[in-house]
Amino acid sequence: MTFDVLVEVRLRPGIADPQGSTIERALPVLGFDGITGVHVGKAIRFCIDATDEASARSEVDDLCARFLTNPVIEDAVVTLFEGDATDDRSPGTIPGTTVGGGATTAAGIGGEA
Amino acid sequence: MAARIGVVVFPGSNCEHDAVEAVHALGGEADLLWHGDTSITGFDGVVLPGGFAHGDYLRPGAIARFSPVMRAVVRFAADGGPVLGICNGFQVLTEAGLLPGALQKNAGLKFLCTTVELEVVSTASVLTGAASVGQRLRVPINHFEGNYTCDEHTLATLRGDDRIVLRYVDNPNGSVDDIAGICNEGRNVVGLMPHPERACDPLLGSDDGAVLLRGFLAATGATVAAASTAAGSAL
Repeated sequence: MTFDVLVEVRLRPGIADPQGSTIERALPVLGFDGITGVHVGKAIRFCIDATDEASARSEVDDLCARFLTNPVIEDAVVTLFEGDATDDRSPGTIPGTTVGGGATTAAGIGGEA
Repeated sequence: MAARIGVVVFPGSNCEHDAVEAVHALGGEADLLWHGDTSITGFDGVVLPGGFAHGDYLRPGAIARFSPVMRAVVRFAADGGPVLGICNGFQVLTEAGLLPGALQKNAGLKFLCTTVELEVVSTASVLTGAASVGQRLRVPINHFEGNYTCDEHTLATLRGDDRIVLRYVDNPNGSVDDIAGICNEGRNVVGLMPHPERACDPLLGSDDGAVLLRGFLAATGATVAAASTAAGSAL
């Protein structure tokens, strides 16, 4: 079976997040009020072949502990979804996630304009 | 016979020649090691230099830790061999588990490129053996992720075992307990964010780093050339 995996790497509580705090401080200047708790992490996407969800999760947890995170400063939240093993092996869209307008805008700016 | 130091080059390292020059200036011998090497036989000490190993992708040091040479470095360290990680090399050593804790982004989110004052806290390490406790040293820093952090238990252990070897006099990056450099339990593995190899000649603004690297060369157990044991100002 093939699973799409989303690993969200987050800074652990108490670890300084200067990017998050800088973004949060900038928001009122841009007219966005009432937004708090901004944190910046990483999203890592991949596909994994495994016999079942439990073994997939076990391998991903091991991968997170040994490589994708530094447990001294980071935590990982793993989302697994049984994928449809697309030909190009790129992960599909994990249910519950949406692609925001920002992505479209960025593509337009960086494209042939 | 002069101490022979191996300076590891990862893809993205950029301070390896500074380290080689400094070792030469202090009377030692130095050769570059490639990160794909699986053996470091014939070297008396190893330096992991500054830079951006593997582009700092994922985290600084996270991928360098898996370079083939690191298995040899881990074995070398386990046998008591002197290992020095400077800046990115310090980050690699923490990722490899040879030193505790981690380096997070500087408080203030600024890349820091300046000269700072360090205080020697312990002389019981392969780096600080030629210095004296309380000695002040002016040494450059050049980093974005140099804010040392660790859990309270680790910090208590580092303090209790006299394993904090260097502290910042005026903390530039938010490091816990002003830590600029630490050593392992065996005191033969040292990591620090400042660059002593860039402060080994008065022409560079400071030669205060020489006392550290001279101590490192002496710690290799080889006889450092007599000429190099003269004061740093003679370099």
